[in-house]
Amino acid sequence: MILGIDVGGTHTDSVLMKNGKILRKSKVMTDKSDLLASVMLATRSVTEAADVQQLQRIVLSTTISTNAVAQHQLDPVGLVVMSGPGVSHRDLPLSDKSSYVAGYMNHRGIEAESVDEDEIHALKKRFAAGGIEHVGVVGKFSTRSPAHELTVQALLAGQTRHVTVGHQLSGALNFPRRIATAYLNEAIWRLHSGMVDQLGAYMEQLGIDVPLYILKADGGTIGVEQSRHYPVQTILSGPAATIMGVLPFISADRDSVSIDVGGTTTDIALFADGAPLLEPKGVQIEEHKTLIRGLLTHSIAVGGDSHVRVIGQQLVIGPERKGAAMAFDGPVPTPTDAMIVLGLADIGDKAKALAAIGSLAAELGRTSEQTANAIMDQACETIAAKVRSMIAEVNRKPVYTIHEMLEGKELVPREAIIVGGPAPYLARHVGRLLDMAVVVPENSDVINASGAAMARTTVELTLMADTEEGIMTIAEDGMQTDIPQHFTMADLVAVGKERLEQIARVAGAREADLEIEVADSQTFNVIRNSATTGKNIRVRLQIKPGLTKHALQ
Amino acid sequence: MKKKTGLVFFPAFDYAISPTHPEREERLLYTQDQVNEEGLLDFDNIIEFKPDLATAADIQRVHFCVPGIDDIVHASHLIAVGGTLTAADKVMQKEVDNAFALVRPCGHHSMRVVHGTRGFCTLNMEAIMVEYIRHKYGASNGIKKIAIVDTDCHHGDGSQDIFWHDPNTLFISMHQDGRTLYPGSGFPDEMGGPNAFGATINLPMPPDTCEEGFLYVLDEIVMPILAEFQPDLIINSAGQDNHYSDPITNMKFTAQGYATLNDRLKPDIAVLEGGYSIESALPYINTGIILAMAGMDYSHIREPDYDAEDQIQPARITAYLEKLKEVTLSQWANRHALRNRVYADKAFHTRSSQIYYDTAGIRESQTETVRTCGDCGGAVTIDSRADTGSHGHVFAVQIPRYACGPCRSWAEAQFDEADARAYSQVLLQDKDNDLYIEK
Repeated sequence: MILGIDVGGTHTDSVLMKNGKILRKSKVMTDKSDLLASVMLATRSVTEAADVQQLQRIVLSTTISTNAVAQHQLDPVGLVVMSGPGVSHRDLPLSDKSSYVAGYMNHRGIEAESVDEDEIHALKKRFAAGGIEHVGVVGKFSTRSPAHELTVQALLAGQTRHVTVGHQLSGALNFPRRIATAYLNEAIWRLHSGMVDQLGAYMEQLGIDVPLYILKADGGTIGVEQSRHYPVQTILSGPAATIMGVLPFISADRDSVSIDVGGTTTDIALFADGAPLLEPKGVQIEEHKTLIRGLLTHSIAVGGDSHVRVIGQQLVIGPERKGAAMAFDGPVPTPTDAMIVLGLADIGDKAKALAAIGSLAAELGRTSEQTANAIMDQACETIAAKVRSMIAEVNRKPVYTIHEMLEGKELVPREAIIVGGPAPYLARHVGRLLDMAVVVPENSDVINASGAAMARTTVELTLMADTEEGIMTIAEDGMQTDIPQHFTMADLVAVGKERLEQIARVAGAREADLEIEVADSQTFNVIRNSATTGKNIRVRLQIKPGLTKHALQ
Repeated sequence: MKKKTGLVFFPAFDYAISPTHPEREERLLYTQDQVNEEGLLDFDNIIEFKPDLATAADIQRVHFCVPGIDDIVHASHLIAVGGTLTAADKVMQKEVDNAFALVRPCGHHSMRVVHGTRGFCTLNMEAIMVEYIRHKYGASNGIKKIAIVDTDCHHGDGSQDIFWHDPNTLFISMHQDGRTLYPGSGFPDEMGGPNAFGATINLPMPPDTCEEGFLYVLDEIVMPILAEFQPDLIINSAGQDNHYSDPITNMKFTAQGYATLNDRLKPDIAVLEGGYSIESALPYINTGIILAMAGMDYSHIREPDYDAEDQIQPARITAYLEKLKEVTLSQWANRHALRNRVYADKAFHTRSSQIYYDTAGIRESQTETVRTCGDCGGAVTIDSRADTGSHGHVFAVQIPRYACGPCRSWAEAQFDEADARAYSQVLLQDKDNDLYIEK
């Protein structure tokens, strides 16, 4: 059995699952001051003592770190930035927290300027004087060579509480995002570590020894203890939980879209041949553009409780939510009221819904039914238009080879999975507008918890072999080793797969879930004076987001 | 001030002329690495666009491809040209303030008649873009006068050939002295045909010209002439092989210099041409150009091996460039009088040329006749014979854009009267009517 828990700002949901089926589910209020109590209550509401003993794993998704960023409850962080030449410091993020120091690598990871140790020692004193206990160290092209970041980290040792080095958070190229990601990792490090401690106490109270995972933004899980090093990966795991919850209903052999209709907003995600699409560069949270791998979602400010009003003879839906639908004693008319008037939804007080829509109908000089239909049409068309534009945007994404340009895959979703409170009432309408088959899953009220429960461990690894320099680099590992001149792509993939398996196991991956795929691979010649002197080989490996095989055991 | 800059990036990682050729797969690899690492595409004012594919109609508005487009044009060319047209669309439709087509392979050595690839070029991207803009947007927004400033190290002889008779296109080429580099042309006395004399300007610079010299030529010669010509649109044919580290040229320009040049020139559209120092120059130059076009601070752009002392300009180069300024500005000021000295008072002017295609290994002999005309660029016929076999002898007739009645009538008569049996193809290109006909 698997226990999935989603700690939201208001509710904590939990599900107890077996063989991919929900045995029990629950929704309790979140006690913001006591995470441990909330998680324990959510656990007790779906399990009895006998169930607890049969648990094989527990997966948790929380918004704690997300909320900390949104509410600016962040610890002070010092950033040591080795920018080298390039974009001006004033155009880099977090420049008010950054100390720019000497040292940089070029695009091949070859040192262009060395680190100045005296400068770092001086900085160390300044951090001590300023009470800075958390430090991020970020160098340009540090994913091509981690040497400078590691040198600075070693020089700072012994004094600071924790130091994040940029290359460990992602193997991708993007210096400004690397700065922002390292910053956030340190800014929530203490908070997240405290949570990990609390979860340790939770497991002790349960008295069992099974893997406890936490959900990441990419819809993958990581062992809770392991997550201590990468708290930033758990930011924005909320939307990821929903998408993972939808995944069992997605066909593996075609493209799909998921539409999560909430009270205020509707979130849309896309799936290519059954796999959820990822944000190409990394997720953004508040003003921070990061390298955090995350699932691609677009939001639109239309939901079941959106404020509906008439402005100049036109219906306007959203973007605000003023409260519940009037059928539930809310303050203003909403799409939910329209659905009740039309008999699509048999919920709330129909007389109050009729009064709500009637007031708008009077303004428009139309009947209540006409008005309710118009609201439904407009709400559904707004959602459908957003789905279409998101698909178009994905298909417009630039490609860099002639092959992809001429033969590249086009995303053509033919089915829509619609979840959220109003989903059953508007699914057919939205499906008709999009010309897609629709599926409305059961238990979509606890879909985040079931999504977390079934998610497998994800890992990404970025490797580069430079046979002219005779060096192989594993970016996220910060590891460089010598390689022979005849080193090949196949060699690099083999080394990468072995290492990725190790990392995945440490992160808590089950053997059955170690499905490693080569996400990118490129080989280029290195030419000097019209002669080939080596190869520049690049590989990105991943275990992509998916359902754990464990869930079906 | 920040500007909205469009970037069409197409590195064509699966295209090379040959594995060790300068125009090979990884030419823009490290540029892409640098652009990604600098996070340029995360700035709200820098927007990346996917290139469109160029069509036969786009190409035939400029070129006579012999024996046909499919025989000599590779998919990479259609994407590179298409990307240039995408950049133009985004600027013309005001989605962005300016745009940079960072595409390959290059194009500025391709002439009107194309028998194959020369100087690594097959299709002339800037020329196809100019005619595309006039065709698609000329009527609605009055775009007519266009200036192309070619800052590639090699003379843009293809662009010069295409616009030789076009008084509405000012073509200025800044390049390494043709006595020391391919294609061996581009001297100050090459000033355009009888109907467009002065609209071609060549600024050959001596080997080892550095930042100071380049910016002197820009500030003292190019900018004043542009100010007088008052173009509706400025295009930078942005070759990057003037860099001190370029393996096939001999100049000493820098990444900082290229950024400054673009900041001052303020092109509406820039198009990558040559540039073969793929590790030491291109990543820094392209980052600099993008920042400069976007109106951002590019003062921190510097190559790892930049040497300030190497940038000190010898007195002989200063003296040469001062002389170049004097000659060029004098020729420009006196272009109408000079025209009458260079071109005798005749109804037609003929020129013969030998063109060699170094990349494809082709020799072409060409005789071109232009009708002298005070009202338009003049109708042109070209008799072109290449040593490519039986299909290599064509007769091409060109009716210019904004053609006058007499030029149109004369051209149509030339096409009608040409003996199809004497040539492998007889072709007519009618720019105003957007027609391309084979007899």
